[in-house]
Amino acid sequence: MYDMKKLAGLVKELEDQLVVCMRCGMCQAVCPVFAETGREADVARGKLALLEGLAQEMFQDPEGVNDRLGRCLLCGSCAANCPSGVNVMDIFLKARAILTGYMGLHPLKKAIFRGMLARPEFFDRLMEWGSKLQGIFVKPVDDLLGTSCARFVSPLLDRHFKALAPVPFHKSNGRVNTPSGASGLRVGFFVGCVIDKVFPWVGEAVLRVMEHHGVGVVIPKDWGCCGIPALSSGDSQTFNRLVRHNARRFLSARVDYIVTACATCTSTIRKLWPTLAEDLSAEEWEQVKGIAEKTLDVGQFLVDILHLGGQEKESAREGVGVTYHDPCHLKKSLGIAAQPREVIKANPSAVLREMAEPDRCCGCGGSFNLQHYDISAAIGRRKRDDIARTGCSVVATGCPACMLQISDMLSQAGDRVQVKHFIEIYAESLA
Amino acid sequence: MIQKALIREFENVLGKDGVFLNEADRLTYSYDAAVLPPVVPAVVLRPTSRETLGKTVRLCYENGLPLTVRGAGTNLSGGTIPLPGGAVILTNGLDKILEINEGDLYAVVEPGVVTARFAAAVEAKGLFYPPDPGSQAVSTLGGNVAENAGGLRGLRYGVTRDYVMALEFFDSAGEPIKTGARTVKCVTGYNLGGLLVGSEGTLGVFSEITLKLIPAPAARKAMMAVFDDVNKASESVSSIIANRIVPVTLEFMDNFTIRAVEDFSHAGLPTDAAALLLVEVDGHPAQVEEDAAKVESICRRLGAMKIRVAQDAQEREKVWAARRAALSALSRLKPTVVLEDATVPRSRIPEMMRAVEEIGRKFRLTIGTFGHAGDGNLHPTILTDRRDKEEWHRVEQAIDVIFEKALAMGGTLSGEHGIGIAKSRYLQQETTRGTILYSKRIKEALDPKNILNPGKIIGVPSVEQAA
Repeated sequence: MYDMKKLAGLVKELEDQLVVCMRCGMCQAVCPVFAETGREADVARGKLALLEGLAQEMFQDPEGVNDRLGRCLLCGSCAANCPSGVNVMDIFLKARAILTGYMGLHPLKKAIFRGMLARPEFFDRLMEWGSKLQGIFVKPVDDLLGTSCARFVSPLLDRHFKALAPVPFHKSNGRVNTPSGASGLRVGFFVGCVIDKVFPWVGEAVLRVMEHHGVGVVIPKDWGCCGIPALSSGDSQTFNRLVRHNARRFLSARVDYIVTACATCTSTIRKLWPTLAEDLSAEEWEQVKGIAEKTLDVGQFLVDILHLGGQEKESAREGVGVTYHDPCHLKKSLGIAAQPREVIKANPSAVLREMAEPDRCCGCGGSFNLQHYDISAAIGRRKRDDIARTGCSVVATGCPACMLQISDMLSQAGDRVQVKHFIEIYAESLA
Repeated sequence: MIQKALIREFENVLGKDGVFLNEADRLTYSYDAAVLPPVVPAVVLRPTSRETLGKTVRLCYENGLPLTVRGAGTNLSGGTIPLPGGAVILTNGLDKILEINEGDLYAVVEPGVVTARFAAAVEAKGLFYPPDPGSQAVSTLGGNVAENAGGLRGLRYGVTRDYVMALEFFDSAGEPIKTGARTVKCVTGYNLGGLLVGSEGTLGVFSEITLKLIPAPAARKAMMAVFDDVNKASESVSSIIANRIVPVTLEFMDNFTIRAVEDFSHAGLPTDAAALLLVEVDGHPAQVEEDAAKVESICRRLGAMKIRVAQDAQEREKVWAARRAALSALSRLKPTVVLEDATVPRSRIPEMMRAVEEIGRKFRLTIGTFGHAGDGNLHPTILTDRRDKEEWHRVEQAIDVIFEKALAMGGTLSGEHGIGIAKSRYLQQETTRGTILYSKRIKEALDPKNILNPGKIIGVPSVEQAA
């Protein structure tokens, strides 16, 4: 039996943040999970009430609360629309850490996060074997989308997932260090795991664009995961370790900015590294804060710093129809929505056509997709329908996790729509 | 605890997915948006058809299980807080718009349809459903009818009551009842709808609602008038209406609210202004122009420092964004927000404003006041921290005095938030002892086992009921 008093005490530390929720229930209007299930425990207000219930010792079911906290995409739609400004993400991540610290990390997650993720070099090697062996287990289903499905009955069941790339980005682009060109700027490129291992060509596109704009690029050796998978499972130990590991490497790179092409990495580095990393010395914390402030989404860097775009093109032009999906971690976490669209429009042959509710979550949510695939897929199908209705042949977005989810949904529906990162679309015009 | 046999019966009707028994799930239905202690229900039931809704009510009746119907749980007076050991019945599984009839100007909906979704569906057909409570993005039409919800457009277009043409509901035994019709005129039988609208779930459980629609206005115009004196603003309100102009919305914001909104949204509001009036007129384009000009000249004559008329949709949007931000902006200042809605005849608005200001001073509380000045429904908003026991005591005293003042001016306890649990003890102050007894006798006759949201509005029954 758990010591409920002790747990209540830990959760009480969140009290000042919990009390901000006035139970108005406006989060019900925007929560993608609630839209599918209609269950109050799936929406932020319900989860906050559960945490308060634990803190007040109204009931004794930390596992029940932890399960329900896990039914969340961490998309931040609720926080972006909260009238009282409840810091929902912060609360949920801290609560997951408290509950996990209290009940212990699931052994499988422990093996993955502490055994693999926290050791970037080992993780890389493991995934390389994976990419060589995956042909035995999976078969390709859609050449255009590049998706596969399982050959045998497996936990992946009917998913159409993107296979691991044969050669990850870090193999083809080990340590990069190019001088600043015409722009006089040098950036650190935080590649991120999914681009590295599934979409290496997105990384290549970033390098091509930077070269075109005369921007020097530094990719430190042995960069690691940004830490969000561990943090969202409540493993702050691995998260702290990864923050320190990466901060050290990017600090020594001495760059003007750090860019990423992954919305989730950007949002994690900018917002979560400085607020949720623990056990840092005052000096380390200053350094992490400095890195966070310097980190920009690649679209934001191109438009806000290099002033790409800005000219309105004539409408109703011939060209390739492109629709854009706003990743939650760009738009809702960081308010970045205009810049990626500018980047797409910088390709003269792209015609941007908006889908309905472009900022509606795609339903991926990282490990949420693994644990609650039915809900994730139901949310994803709405996104697929919105994409299909535009009639565009390309859907662009700014997050490789969204790319995975959207590829799965389009592939299952048999749509002939390509999924691209917005930076690829711009890079294509530079070839 | 509920007996296992009854749970099995509920599961037979609703499926396992429609019966929530887990403590963590039940806890999330223990509250609504009112600042009141939570009460955890024994079971939560989620029917997805009108038929199973009726069967659910019948099972509750047969077993004497008290039930509280819940839409989005946005109630501000505790109307959706269940009874200990009772059941919560969710309506969000009943969310179909059954018909929008453009020829006969009505729509038929299930109770769980979200207000804003309905308003948008109606608007897509060039029609208009005016009631727009602040929570419309999530609130349900069933909840709106049960609470007789109002909104910003009450002054010109009335409240939910004015749009309910017909109702189908289950009585406490689960028997289907019909009242009203899809016709403009209908005098068939008692006007049961009149009794049910605003009954807060104490007299029946809605299964189907027929709502009146009207043609959308051809034009609208919004403006913002800035005053250096609260009295001048409230006199302008009275004068606009005395001049036979009925704006759609006539909203007021005091200096404290203006500053909070400006700090929060940087909308460019004049932070030195004592008060703002936000006005919108609608109708035929020519009439809109004329009304807007008249409102402008009245405000100027009564001493408005500045008037900004929105020139296009974007500017109009700005005016209303400022108003919509009011509650958010205030609620960010302190952890607990008590949103009152005592309402006075609109000619007494200046007096009520002064009373609220004095109450804030007397009880040393921060009160921001904004709201529907045009219909006398102000929302004095007390900012506090419910964990501070001493201050909370002063808040309760202040609320008592706000009610006293409103009633002394010929006003009412609640304009649109309902009585629920929060205000039931004040009811006799506004009415008479006989009124409460009369209401209790109705309740006892229609709900002999006292299972329909017991304890709301009229408090506990006069005679102890055997469940």
